[in-house]
Amino acid sequence: MTAATLDGVAERRIALLGNPNCGKTALFNLLTGSRQKVANYAGVTVERKEGAATSPAGTRYRVLDLPGAYSLNADSADEAVTRDVILGRLDGEPLPQVLVCVTDATNLRLNLRLVLEVKRLGLPMVLALNMSDLAKRRGIEIDVARLSELLGVPVVPTVGIHRQGADPLLAALDALSYKPSVPALEWQPPTLAEITETHRQVREILLQTVREPAVDTRWDERIDAVVMHPIAGLAILASVLFLMFQAVFAWAELPMTAIETAVSWLGQTVSQALPDGLLRSLLVDGVIAGIGSVLIFLPQIVILFAFILALEDSGYLPRAAFLLDRFMGKVGLSGRSFIPLLSSFACAIPGIMATRVISNWRDRLSTILIAPLMTCSARLPVYALLIGAFVPKQQVAGLFNLQGLVLFVLYLAGIVGAVLVAFVLKRTVGRGMHHPLMMELPTWRLPNLRNLLLGLLERVKIFLHRVGGIILALMIIVWALSTFPAPPPGATGAAIDYSFAGMLGHFIQPLFAPIGFGWEICIALIPGMAAREVAVAALGTVYSLQAGDDVATQLAPLIANQWSLATALSLLAWYVYAPQCLSTLAVVKRETQSWRYPLLMAGYLFAMAYLASFLTYQIALRMGAG
Amino acid sequence: MLSSATDVPMSSLDPSAVQTAPMNLAMVGKGQFARVREVRLPKLGHGHDTNLVLRLLEIGFVPGELVRVVALGPGGREPIAVRVGGTMFALRQHEAEHILVDLQGAQP
Repeated sequence: MTAATLDGVAERRIALLGNPNCGKTALFNLLTGSRQKVANYAGVTVERKEGAATSPAGTRYRVLDLPGAYSLNADSADEAVTRDVILGRLDGEPLPQVLVCVTDATNLRLNLRLVLEVKRLGLPMVLALNMSDLAKRRGIEIDVARLSELLGVPVVPTVGIHRQGADPLLAALDALSYKPSVPALEWQPPTLAEITETHRQVREILLQTVREPAVDTRWDERIDAVVMHPIAGLAILASVLFLMFQAVFAWAELPMTAIETAVSWLGQTVSQALPDGLLRSLLVDGVIAGIGSVLIFLPQIVILFAFILALEDSGYLPRAAFLLDRFMGKVGLSGRSFIPLLSSFACAIPGIMATRVISNWRDRLSTILIAPLMTCSARLPVYALLIGAFVPKQQVAGLFNLQGLVLFVLYLAGIVGAVLVAFVLKRTVGRGMHHPLMMELPTWRLPNLRNLLLGLLERVKIFLHRVGGIILALMIIVWALSTFPAPPPGATGAAIDYSFAGMLGHFIQPLFAPIGFGWEICIALIPGMAAREVAVAALGTVYSLQAGDDVATQLAPLIANQWSLATALSLLAWYVYAPQCLSTLAVVKRETQSWRYPLLMAGYLFAMAYLASFLTYQIALRMGAG
Repeated sequence: MLSSATDVPMSSLDPSAVQTAPMNLAMVGKGQFARVREVRLPKLGHGHDTNLVLRLLEIGFVPGELVRVVALGPGGREPIAVRVGGTMFALRQHEAEHILVDLQGAQP
């Protein structure tokens, strides 16, 4: 057997291919455990997952988990990648030596069509009847030997969620012979008649090999009757979203405080150990603060993705999207945009990462572009400072607190802005196009803990690898801008005033004069790019306050004296829209695989912020708030 | 090649189909069964494409197949949840309009 000669020379390359929702990822996780590498296929945003597996007999495999596909006649970027890989058309991606067609054994009717389509290509393949335990429990009897005979390929039952569930597959793979390389294949898109003919063949094969009781959908239908009910369903959805939102906000608070404490402890320790100087400043204010600003996002990312993965795995997420599709569709988004947008109220970083649940690329892009308009929690310190200093504590209509009302208006302004942008995108980029939905609502099932943990680990790794580096680099650049050059000897003003950030602040001030920003604000905007809440500390620095916990308390009376109400309102309006967060732009770069969209985002946000601040300032001036 | 293929009507398994008024899946009420007659481009459509027709066929909307509208979205029109061959799919109205169905004789 040729395999023996290959042992120790090269790993065998296999690829998993199958319909969405067939349990393919669970099987991949079972085969490879945590020995996985997630990257992107060259030039596209589709994720490439590869892992290593070893059979009980000791043969090593390199397993590629292809994106789920209903057909080789690709309808999405994911499906196009799958097609191109198994046709050997993708640059730098060698044709797999053996294909493992993964099918949901409880739904061969849908799954076998793709199997027949792929089989015609002539690649060596194995058919995995996944979820075979579930099929057995439902009383579905499959004549595996006969199925193998009719298809002309080895057929093995697998269970993606059992420890030994992949052993029969590995045994079958061990027994195959492997050619070192296979030439690229020919393929033509099918015609209507061919598709109908394939369906006929599927029925014929099923008739001969599968005996199943009438599909028992009682449980599913009972759950769906409630969960997809127009009223009860929406009430359940609201509760789920409320719980999730609470969790992202409240549960993340403790670990976030812990990370902050640890980072500031580390900063102080290093400060004490090193003499005052540039190195200390770089390490403490640049590197350590930068690492802190990367790690601080992790708790929210982990909690949000724990919810999303569990909801997706159980089958709830597509149903939630079903319920919300009409509302979201009105402004040109899909039902699946809702969770990423909601999460963006906590922070746009996990929110933008969560857009990967949106399968349609245009819908996903629109969602990414409007995510920063949801008021994230980092804006709160800025809002709190300005509202506390300028908005009097008084009752409105004897019922509402004026300060609270202003805060509400700021949140609302963000949402209204998002709706407007989504609408403009729908009318321009998506003009004349129908937004597709065509989404499978899979059978309900219990989420699998192992898959959940591996999924979380994957998200965390991606965030730290791809986004962490960019954020850290940007933090250090911002630090350098605010530090160099050092103030001349005998300087009286704040040190930052003499730095590049200070010069830049003075330089851009004329641009911001029409919206009422003085040079102090302009300077604070620059370190504020690191993270919005940093702007408060930066203002403290500009006004030469002693750093400490009570910067905000000292700052409030100071700015209340020095700024006009119009300026304060204008700055509030600015923070509703402005691209004040480099981390967000970094994550957009990572998720879209291009600098084009983060630049587009920064540009439109800047324009919106400027316009909003301009209108706010000028109207406030006319009303005598100057 | 694709457009010429769509001009050819898919054969209907129901001989009485000629007499019944043409009905599409978007018109089927909640809980009702229907039998797929044909998948084709709607006459008045804009922005529809033949790939959608192919995809609907691929996921199981083949002539003769029994389907059931399981749920309607809030607001009562779209999207619709349709069970076809053991799988449930959510479709928007413009997608469901591609699928011509017969209600007659459409009982399990």
